[in-house]
Amino acid sequence: MDAYLAAIAIVALIYILLALGLTLQYGLTGLINFGHVGFFAIGAYAAAILATHGAPLVLGFVAAAFFAGLAAWPIGLVSLRLRDDYFAIVTLGFSETVRLVITSEKWLTNGVQGIPAIPRLFSGLTVGIGAQLAVLAVLLAVTGAAVLAMRRIVRSPFGRIIEAIRDNEDGLRALGKEPARFKVQVLILGAGLAGLAGAFYAHYITYIVPDQFIPLVTFYVWMAIIIGGVGRISGAVVGTALLMILLEGSRFIRDVVPGISEVEMASIRLGVIGILLVLFTIYRPQGLMGDFSRK
Amino acid sequence: MTTVLDIAALRGGYGEVDILDGIDLTLAEGEILTVAGTNGAGKSTLAKAIVGLLPRVAGTLRVAGRDILSLPAHARAASGIGYVPQVANVFGALSILENLQVVAGVKDRKGRIDEMFGLFPLLGERRRARAGSLSGGERQQLAFARALMARPRLMVLDEPTAALSPAKVEDAFRLIARMPALGVSTLIVEQRARQSLAISHRGCILDGGRVALQGDAATLLADERAADLYLGRH
Repeated sequence: MDAYLAAIAIVALIYILLALGLTLQYGLTGLINFGHVGFFAIGAYAAAILATHGAPLVLGFVAAAFFAGLAAWPIGLVSLRLRDDYFAIVTLGFSETVRLVITSEKWLTNGVQGIPAIPRLFSGLTVGIGAQLAVLAVLLAVTGAAVLAMRRIVRSPFGRIIEAIRDNEDGLRALGKEPARFKVQVLILGAGLAGLAGAFYAHYITYIVPDQFIPLVTFYVWMAIIIGGVGRISGAVVGTALLMILLEGSRFIRDVVPGISEVEMASIRLGVIGILLVLFTIYRPQGLMGDFSRK
Repeated sequence: MTTVLDIAALRGGYGEVDILDGIDLTLAEGEILTVAGTNGAGKSTLAKAIVGLLPRVAGTLRVAGRDILSLPAHARAASGIGYVPQVANVFGALSILENLQVVAGVKDRKGRIDEMFGLFPLLGERRRARAGSLSGGERQQLAFARALMARPRLMVLDEPTAALSPAKVEDAFRLIARMPALGVSTLIVEQRARQSLAISHRGCILDGGRVALQGDAATLLADERAADLYLGRH
């Protein structure tokens, strides 16, 4: 049971990193990124490819964040001048393109076969759940650092500008600031965080295939920040934690309600989350950690 | 007197159709100019064209002799244009102080913010308050302070009294009347044309994207045709 809880906590922390990236992009800046999983995939594959070719693991983590951020740069330059809805479509298309590329480029990614035998972090610690706890500790430290960095960003001049972009882009232009540059920077930062999350994911799961990086992952992250409170750093953390409890907790429904197949269970799980999202939208649109004085 | 704003044969719009159909007008240094007209005449479109927020525009547009037509909005702000939009005129998520801090191109930012708090004492008292929590009148003051931060030569005000209670409308016009003393030339797009003309040096009335009438504010106020067609009787 301890190992199971540690596993859930690790996956939750990986998703929190993803949610923090999306909070920076959408919650604070207003960028509708429907392709977050694409940057997650780039990070996972960058770390996996380097690690399976003998590169130091640290280099893989740095490369994961770097290449995910690098991929965001041209996307930002090309599409940030588009209207919000078109930008959302471009990012969704981008993530699907990434998935098709990693499926097709077998020489690099091993295609649909995926990359097996990715080194586990702290694999030397074989006693009990020592390795899992060590991964958990590192992830906690990285996530904590990401939270602190984001809090600093929010209070910085850069943070003021990105919040102004979310509020009224034209208003900011009329005050002498060009939003495009800041939006590209935010897209790169958020993508870098997603890439880092991807590296942790690859080294934790130890076997990645293209089908793990479907748009549903992006929409789980969206659900988490909506439930937690859009634009709130604490909302990304709390919303993801609640989503994980719901996703994992619903597995136990099969123990109490007999005759439910695994496939039916997956549908029930999504249905429960969907109903929850609808209820939040109606009764608490600001999310769990949003401003309690406002609806 | 130096011409601050010089507009000639200005055309433009949001899509294929021209909302502005060849506007000609000028604004001299220290002058207040009211732009009036019926709904859909192109008043707010003209304001957006001047500050660089109209997607498609052609013609001549000079500020202090410099052709700014090809400049994007942020560069026009740097060339000395301040803008108070009709709606969404503050960044609601930011505090009053932060709203002033985001303005680009301000020399001695701290000193200038203190000057703004001197000009608008209420803002100084509530500097940490979130702009989204302010009343309509307070938001309007903040929008003016924000637009004045970079010491503009020209202020473009898009219906500055639209969201105000009647009691606050007078305050807003009193504030606008102070602009020449602050060294700022002002173009006001306004539905309350009579009140606006009363504090203006000159006025211009748009109709169908063109200048239908223009002249001294006092002359326009006394003009029967202008009153009948565009200004109303109150």
